Amino acid sequence: MKIITRKKVLTISLLLSLLLILVIFISLTLGSVRVPFLRSMGILLFSLLGLKGRGSEVEQTIILSLRLPRAILAGLVGAGLSISGATFQALLRNPLADPYILGVSSGAAVAAIIAILFGLSAFSFGLPLASFIGALFTITTVFYLGRQDGKIHPNTLLLAGVIIGSFLSALIMFFISISQKEELHTIIFWLMGDFSFSNARAILIIFPYLLLGIFILYFHARHLNLILSGEESAIQLGVNAERLKLTSYLCASLITAASVSVCGLIGFVGLIVPHTVRLIFGPDHRLLIPASALVGASFLIASDTISRTILAPTELPVGVITAVFGGPFFIYLLRTRKGIKTL
Amino acid sequence: MIEVRSISFRYHEDWVLKDLSFRIERGEVLGVIGPNGSGKTTLLKLLYRLLSPQKGEILFELLPMKKMDRSDIAKRIAVVAQETHLLFPFSVLETVLMGRAPHLGSLLFEREIDLKIAKRAMEWTETLALSDRPMDELSGGERKRVFIARALAQEPEVILLDEPTANLDIHHQIEFLDLILTLNRERGLTIVMASHEMNIASEFCDRLLFLQGGRIYRMGTPEEVITKENIEEVYGCEVYVDQHPISGMPRISLLKKGSLKR
Repeated sequence: MKIITRKKVLTISLLLSLLLILVIFISLTLGSVRVPFLRSMGILLFSLLGLKGRGSEVEQTIILSLRLPRAILAGLVGAGLSISGATFQALLRNPLADPYILGVSSGAAVAAIIAILFGLSAFSFGLPLASFIGALFTITTVFYLGRQDGKIHPNTLLLAGVIIGSFLSALIMFFISISQKEELHTIIFWLMGDFSFSNARAILIIFPYLLLGIFILYFHARHLNLILSGEESAIQLGVNAERLKLTSYLCASLITAASVSVCGLIGFVGLIVPHTVRLIFGPDHRLLIPASALVGASFLIASDTISRTILAPTELPVGVITAVFGGPFFIYLLRTRKGIKTL
Repeated sequence: MIEVRSISFRYHEDWVLKDLSFRIERGEVLGVIGPNGSGKTTLLKLLYRLLSPQKGEILFELLPMKKMDRSDIAKRIAVVAQETHLLFPFSVLETVLMGRAPHLGSLLFEREIDLKIAKRAMEWTETLALSDRPMDELSGGERKRVFIARALAQEPEVILLDEPTANLDIHHQIEFLDLILTLNRERGLTIVMASHEMNIASEFCDRLLFLQGGRIYRMGTPEEVITKENIEEVYGCEVYVDQHPISGMPRISLLKKGSLKR
């Protein structure tokens, strides 16, 4: 009998957490300086316990100040984008929905590019702040355009988001065409997603939104199941549909805004991770939300690790890796798990 | 049980329902009939407050429905609608368990008792064998039975059915209607069903509400409502009305143009 129970959710989450921890350790090991697996584990565990003594000072710096923050940030963003994608797919009842479908990303990008053109570097605090404000502005605009008589209409919301997104994309093109060569590189990397400036501050920016967002969305997980078969059906079963739509829109959008503001636009994760998890574990949000978060985190950490090692010392934009490796894997899954029908 | 007090409703400019007043008695099977666009589906949507009337009010056990909580309504009134979207299909058991939603409050997971109630509902509707099948692999008739099971899992006092026999062959129609009647007779469920099938309404309903252009044209027993004069006036076509040879209820036969004169 296949139903979702607390035990099943806990078991699968635990297994996926182990996978995530494994991926984190592997990513700590790999890079231009190879730190053996056991030693990097040792460095991490000792520092967690407040002890010193494992590995050289250089190795400690590489692991603790460079690779660990980067892995944590990639993990948080991967989890955030995956949950946001799953939520938008339910809210808009559209399997093609992803975190960027309602233009949040384009709003963030326009603001970020303006900030870059004004001379803010990717290291500064101003860039994430600017792109977060840009994202918030888009979220609000799309929300008001997508409402009629005080109600959110998923299709109107979708159209409003896509059109605002196209408008903002035109602005992006405009800014790119007038920008100088040095700025162009920063802009392009931002647009394709970049973890090379990861630090503790970025982690602190995204963490509260992600934690609160996941918590609230998970609290509504059962109701998200009900709204999948339509709003009327959800209302028949006693769901306050307007409140649910508003809550899930805000949570998913804010998670996306926070993610985008710390590392630029990383495509594909928010689309394929929820679908992959659905194909394997089914559509129930009580499992889909935690499983997407953990799989998304593992997937993005792995992708980022590949992006910085495969052509080392040159770093590739992580978005290239998510698409190149994620795409074929997803198509394989789709063809083998009789998944065509579920889409 | 449900008292409708002079309600009027409009989506935009034009009134779709105009000054309707009637009562639904506990334990009855009430049929809502009438031509396309006469307001049947809209009326059902008002009865579970998917829509709210601009004028008048609806009382459920003397309580104004607009003051009731959504989940309170869902605990007492279940709906089986015409078609439901299946974006990412759940299994049959998962779908039936969703009927427990109004009883779960803020609980995230169903309890032992919810599973038991869902399975009992599946026994009544003979869908237990389909438990693990995904909804999108079922036939139209099976799917309908699953949605009835979902409605029963809500443990409601009233079930609202919108065109319950549409898209079903006669075998599944009879099976479905027998199930509804059994639930009505044995479990005291109040049934309200909107239908185009006047012969079915006549045969299976205690009373009929005949709508025309958003108003009540007639309300009463099938014998009172389904007459040659009434049908011809409302639908504007010739029919022949006699009695069902077994049950004696009114029966309508459609006529080709001019065939009565021959």
